[in-house]
Amino acid sequence: MTDVKPVLRLEDIVKTFPGVRALDGVSFSVFPGEVHALMGENGAGKSTLMKVLGGIYQPDGGAIFMEDQQVVMAGPLEAKAKGVMFIHQELSLAAELSVAENIYLGELPRKSFGRVDWAKLTEQTDAILKKLNVSFDAKTRVGDLSIANQQMVEIARALTVDAKAVIFDEPTASLTDAEKVVLFDVIADLKRDGVGIIYISHRMEEIFKITDRISVLRDGQYQGTVNTADSTEESITQMMIGRKLDLSRNASHHELGDVALEVRGLSCGKLYQDINFEVRRGEVVGFYGLVGAGRTEIAETLFGLREPSAGQILLEGEEVRIHSPADAISRGISLVPEDRKGQGLVLGMNCRDNMTLPQVDDLKAGPFVAEGAEVAIFDQYRDRLDIRTPGWRAQAGNLSGGNQQKIVIGKWLSMHPNLLIVDEPTRGIDVGSKSEIHKLLRELAAQGYAVMVISSEMPEVLHVSDRIIAMYSGRVMRTFTSEEVTEDSLIKAISGLSDDKAA
Amino acid sequence: MSDMSQNASNLREGMMASMSKQQIGRVLAKQGILIAFAVFMIAFAIASPKFLSVDNVFSVVRSSAIIGVMALGVTFVVISGNLDLSVGSMMSFSTIVVLDLHDKLGPALAIPAMFAMTMCLGAFIGFLVGYLRLNSLIVTLGMLSAIHGLTLTYSGGQNMDIADKEGTWFSVFGQGTALGIPVPILIFLILAALLGMVLAKTPFGRKVYAVGGNGTAATFSGIPRARTVFYCYLISATCVATAGLIQASRSLGSQNTVGQGLELEVLAAVILGGASLLGGSGTVFKTVIGVLILGFIQNGLLLMGLQFYVQFVVTWIIIILAVWLDIAAKRGKLWSPIA
Ligand SMILES: Nc1ncnc2c1ncn2[C@@H]1O[C@H](COP(=O)(O)OP(=O)(O)OP(=O)(O)O)[C@@H](O)[C@H]1O
Ligand SMILES: [Mg+2]
Repeated sequence: MTDVKPVLRLEDIVKTFPGVRALDGVSFSVFPGEVHALMGENGAGKSTLMKVLGGIYQPDGGAIFMEDQQVVMAGPLEAKAKGVMFIHQELSLAAELSVAENIYLGELPRKSFGRVDWAKLTEQTDAILKKLNVSFDAKTRVGDLSIANQQMVEIARALTVDAKAVIFDEPTASLTDAEKVVLFDVIADLKRDGVGIIYISHRMEEIFKITDRISVLRDGQYQGTVNTADSTEESITQMMIGRKLDLSRNASHHELGDVALEVRGLSCGKLYQDINFEVRRGEVVGFYGLVGAGRTEIAETLFGLREPSAGQILLEGEEVRIHSPADAISRGISLVPEDRKGQGLVLGMNCRDNMTLPQVDDLKAGPFVAEGAEVAIFDQYRDRLDIRTPGWRAQAGNLSGGNQQKIVIGKWLSMHPNLLIVDEPTRGIDVGSKSEIHKLLRELAAQGYAVMVISSEMPEVLHVSDRIIAMYSGRVMRTFTSEEVTEDSLIKAISGLSDDKAA
Repeated sequence: MSDMSQNASNLREGMMASMSKQQIGRVLAKQGILIAFAVFMIAFAIASPKFLSVDNVFSVVRSSAIIGVMALGVTFVVISGNLDLSVGSMMSFSTIVVLDLHDKLGPALAIPAMFAMTMCLGAFIGFLVGYLRLNSLIVTLGMLSAIHGLTLTYSGGQNMDIADKEGTWFSVFGQGTALGIPVPILIFLILAALLGMVLAKTPFGRKVYAVGGNGTAATFSGIPRARTVFYCYLISATCVATAGLIQASRSLGSQNTVGQGLELEVLAAVILGGASLLGGSGTVFKTVIGVLILGFIQNGLLLMGLQFYVQFVVTWIIIILAVWLDIAAKRGKLWSPIA
């Protein structure tokens, strides 16, 4: 590769924020036709580095070269003009506009007198969407799409120009396995066309499947670049976190307690029908299925955000109606929602206030909020979840994606719920913290919590659950115990192929 | 900075090294309003020796008290992510009502009756915006003229005057002094301290920020969004009633249009103080600063011999500058193609 010019070369990039040295002399190169993984713990500086490349941040030091010419990325438009495309970790779409408008925003095809050529726009967009094999069309309003589908729009946007380099910042964090396959095909196409690709992900199996080389950051510092073929998960993890990881499942076979939650014949219009299950104290029940299978909607019903159209919810054997989240919270239910930015956090608020928000009424000293108690809670969960922040005063919006997720988890753990529902709990969380969170979920169960885990990641569900409920299109297809479940049977069940609905 | 996390201790050194230019720029941008205020005060003090005299300062603060009291309430509404354009005409309503009832019921009953009626208006707006989720701009713009009509109907279009202007203790709220400080200033400062604490220190205040910052996330945290917005409008109406009381007590007689146009000055003061119109940010203290800036600028222009009407133009220019400075500080540039 040495005789080929790198499409992108970074030299000694430095970037600081108040209180944080996010990048501290990072250098690496990407060659044409190479898929280059960028790895590191939450807050290591990956997204920041990519934003420097994409012209969103200006570096405090260092230089960027494209094909050995030094360039300055003054802004995102300039980066785009130079052929650097960027798929953001945090979605940046206009919810009110259509898919087509979002994809071609700023460069809609025109007719005479500057009128938008809608026919052409739709046609161009549908061509791209077809390549991505998605289920929506050009005219769909983006706000109506699931997070996963919004992610696909974001990806489609990067395919509209002849890119020299494409940056994927955790593109698969919210994609299902089927969508991932499509994405990897797209990446393979780009690779064939000689595009340089930077790929950020916390998922090892993807990294080993599609990347050629891996660069690692730790606390903003460049740790080195290795060939993927010469590395193992352990060696990469070691580079990332500087220690070995304990991945064993502590299969604590504790006694199960009483039934904490029972759901009988629960239906909600077209979203899901006739759902029956129970969750015991001390048990982790995994919900696995494709996006749109109705799992999130069940969680939202239990949390008082949706009215069921039929059926019963029983907590501790007693039938209840849950009218609002406040209601759910007072009954000891916690929900870690799937969309941390939209539903989980007030981004402009500091970390501490975000974490204690659901219990602010209970943390009082006289008429005032007991700030000391709040700081104590924050500190406790910062340590327990290893949240990287310059302090509780930092705005939640300025934390790295994974650390934001941890704030949301801490917020709901600190409520000490009877029933903890987590929807995609480890989206965007690094390997080290992920195994910590899995361990934590198991621990909570051992302490007598009832836990529901909704996840689109098979290894996750397999790893943490005592029982797995497989859903397809609003229905429970099958319930597996952790002893009997196999990957094949699970895949079959969630694709609607399972014919034995027993158990 | 003593409470930084252990985790970040290695990052801290990095920060110290870069405390330089960037940091100073950031402080400048963040405190831009205060700095501009200071520069402005010094310039005027040099231009006109009377400007910083005790008398003049008192007179500015006193004449700002009415705007100030209303701005305190509007601060809550703006932080909750909404607008209140009805405060000017609502203040006219309070003034007229309390003056009318003064002679009919006597001041001791007139005041609580007026507060109750004004708060009903606030509750109505709060219901429409909070519970029915109607757009606050439309609702309060509509209420601006609806309340004006209500006031005219109530008064039959007549000016309202107190019969016995000499013999009523009612004048104390607008004209009295306590501890050598004019009562309107005292009311303003006490209310500011009180509401400042409510906003910064109580669970309710926290909810206001949460609802304005991200209503969906607030809902997902079990915070009653509708009720929080409702209370903000109730607080706003209470402040308006207080302002109406001061106004009525000061003049002991009033036209139906006494509060006309004040809604924009109030909003200007709140924005000048740095509250974002998108909701989720701002403080009572900053609003007080915004009120004072506005008051001193208008006073300074008068002292310099400019016509009263020039104020309207200047106020508008100040608002635009303030908003510009605000977003420029956020994006770190005076102009940028992206937000
Ligand atoms: N705009 C900002 N203001 C202040 N600090 C910031 C800002 N953006 C990022 N940071 C800080 O910079 C550090 C690196 O963040 P970055 O988002 O690059 O991490 P990351 O490697 O992408 O992590 P993740 O895997 O969680 O996405 C973090 O400590 C973060 O808090
Ligand atoms: Mg990131």
